[in-house]
Amino acid sequence: MNRRGFLKGTAAGAAALAADVPAGRAQQTAENRGQNGSAPVPSAETLERDAGGREAPTPSQIIEHPSSDFMVDVLKSLDLEYLGSNPGSTFESLHESLINYGGNTMPEFLTCCHEESAVAMAHGYAKIEGKPMMALLHGTVGLQHAAMAIYNAYADRVPVYMVVGNHEDAAVRRPGVEWYHSAQDLAAMVRDFVKWDDRPESLQHFADSAVRAYKIAMTPPMGPVLIVANHELQGRPNTQTNLRIPRLTPTAPPQGDSASVAQSARLLVAAERPLIIAQRAARTPNGVKLLVELAETLQAPVENQERMNFPSHHPLAGSGGAGYQPDVTLCLEVNDISTTARMARARGGKVINISSLGLYLKSNIQDFGRYADVDIDMGADAEATLPALIEECKRLITPDRRRAMEQRGEKLAAAHKAVREQSIEQASFGWDSSPISLARLSAELWPLIKNEDWSLVSWQGFISNWPNRLWKFDKHHQYIGGQGAGGMGYGAPAAVGAALANRKRGRLSINIQTDGDLNYAPGVLWTAAHHRVPLLTIMHNNRGYHMEVMFVEQQASLHNRGAERAHIGTKLWDPEIDYAKMAQAYGMYGEGPISDPKDLAPALKRGIERVKKGEPALIDVVTQPR
Amino acid sequence: MYRVVALLTFAAVAAMGADAAKGKELYVKYSCYACHSFDGHGGAGARLVPMKLMAPVFTAYVRSPRVMPAYREKVMSDAELADVWAYLKSIPESPPAKSIALLEELR
Repeated sequence: MNRRGFLKGTAAGAAALAADVPAGRAQQTAENRGQNGSAPVPSAETLERDAGGREAPTPSQIIEHPSSDFMVDVLKSLDLEYLGSNPGSTFESLHESLINYGGNTMPEFLTCCHEESAVAMAHGYAKIEGKPMMALLHGTVGLQHAAMAIYNAYADRVPVYMVVGNHEDAAVRRPGVEWYHSAQDLAAMVRDFVKWDDRPESLQHFADSAVRAYKIAMTPPMGPVLIVANHELQGRPNTQTNLRIPRLTPTAPPQGDSASVAQSARLLVAAERPLIIAQRAARTPNGVKLLVELAETLQAPVENQERMNFPSHHPLAGSGGAGYQPDVTLCLEVNDISTTARMARARGGKVINISSLGLYLKSNIQDFGRYADVDIDMGADAEATLPALIEECKRLITPDRRRAMEQRGEKLAAAHKAVREQSIEQASFGWDSSPISLARLSAELWPLIKNEDWSLVSWQGFISNWPNRLWKFDKHHQYIGGQGAGGMGYGAPAAVGAALANRKRGRLSINIQTDGDLNYAPGVLWTAAHHRVPLLTIMHNNRGYHMEVMFVEQQASLHNRGAERAHIGTKLWDPEIDYAKMAQAYGMYGEGPISDPKDLAPALKRGIERVKKGEPALIDVVTQPR
Repeated sequence: MYRVVALLTFAAVAAMGADAAKGKELYVKYSCYACHSFDGHGGAGARLVPMKLMAPVFTAYVRSPRVMPAYREKVMSDAELADVWAYLKSIPESPPAKSIALLEELR
């Protein structure tokens, strides 16, 4: 029987079964099928359309050694731990090879409910693990679902390894959905924000390009890469005996040239008020150590942006305090330095830029920011350049300069302490408020995690940076930063991906989750539950897209109209979403809503207990807007 | 100058009959909470509790602020702003940080 015949038979069988089953079971079936209990049996036309007019394989068509098995061999050579995927027929052969031939290990298949979740999980994973996770995507529809998450990873300079299926050969493409899920140049729809892509025509081409893609993804500036896996190539019998998987040789990150390093060191050592701004500077834990060494060598304050680059409690953490006007500013992997450069120019200061970002730019998407006039511009990876810069600075420091730097360091330490004291004072504002203040949420959480190996796997921008203001961040894995391109829907899946990377290290992963973000693709909660990813999600439930409330309010004022309608299109409060029930529905522990601050610590403790058992948990906290 | 004096005078008169309960409704209705939190303790915008401004000064600031969006007469009347001011005046102050053990441990 061919597949069409098989499906028709199944439909007839299902109708017969509905009539024959015992009463209790029949009732259950009816409840599951619809309000009036009528089980809709798909028509022959529907079945044919859904099957894409496909014939089931006959015994003579059995393929013992599909080419997709070799593709799995190639992928295994890349040390990919996981792949996130929402299933799709364009990669069906590869899917089967991964789970059977490949033993569903290295990479292990993670079931995702949305391609955006799969890619954003890989985004979060890479920021902890320091290497890519794979996302396996369906042709055209799956890739379009993934597009937003790909753009975030691109803008955040994070490696993600993607494979997408495609029916390349129109002559063998079957009628129906296979045409909707195929493209002439599939990668074109995301090429503006993918670092490199290829469409291998043969298995050797696949092997070469798959290894090359990994290498390119991991070379600073890192980014997502995409390999188009031809459906026909995947399923073809592999009769080749001379295939070779090339060796992966990582490309050393670009380092600043010695003349620019020496010139920069001279400026920094001579500076009276140097400032270091670090955005995506520390790619690895060693990056944090190097930045501490540079800051202490120069006694220069470090303004930490975006990622975990510098310990939050270090006396040199901060911008130098009120009135500190830097005469030399060193920018390390900062995306848009135009404002810094403009302000420096206005006061006669100098700007040194060390960044790999300028080494790989595209024209269409404008994520590179405004052109900035700087004094020294090194197209280089900051972390790779720091050892030479530190050495050169140390060589140039005279006893006189050291004394001046030490005096500056004392003032900077006092300024840092004052800012910290101010943060603690400000944390008391609205301490007993309901909805709960974000400072209180952060303060209640800290004593529960501070003796654990913890990791904050969510962005702090929407929570007024309270964790950074109150907690002690001193390890690279303790903070992963934000979306990259500001695309919402990143938060929940990136947290799951980062928690996945933290799992084998026994770390306690904390996700302070905005409500608007979670609602893009909440199915990732199921993925976390299904794959037993230990993660404490604490809802920052301000019942809306709060940034937009403020924007609409500003516009209303600008137009001399009231803000009493600013909730239209921005609030999520009628009806209020029950996130505890949502978590429970996806199979994980859920508690809340918590709106009385006195109930918060006990609920957080219960959530942490669950997570320590190796499962995800969600505590819904009704919070102040910011 | 006369205009400012007149404005302050009207606002002072309006404040005399101010209604804190009504002010609370207006505070939410006009999205003041969005930046200052639901009970005025601050957020993206400034902390408004304790409200240290006199009602006329508060009204004058909201009409022509330096940072926040302006709320002019067409949008909110002096009487309505006086109600909001009365609401803010009625909100108790936060406990001092020194009295909160969790915060003291952070020092």
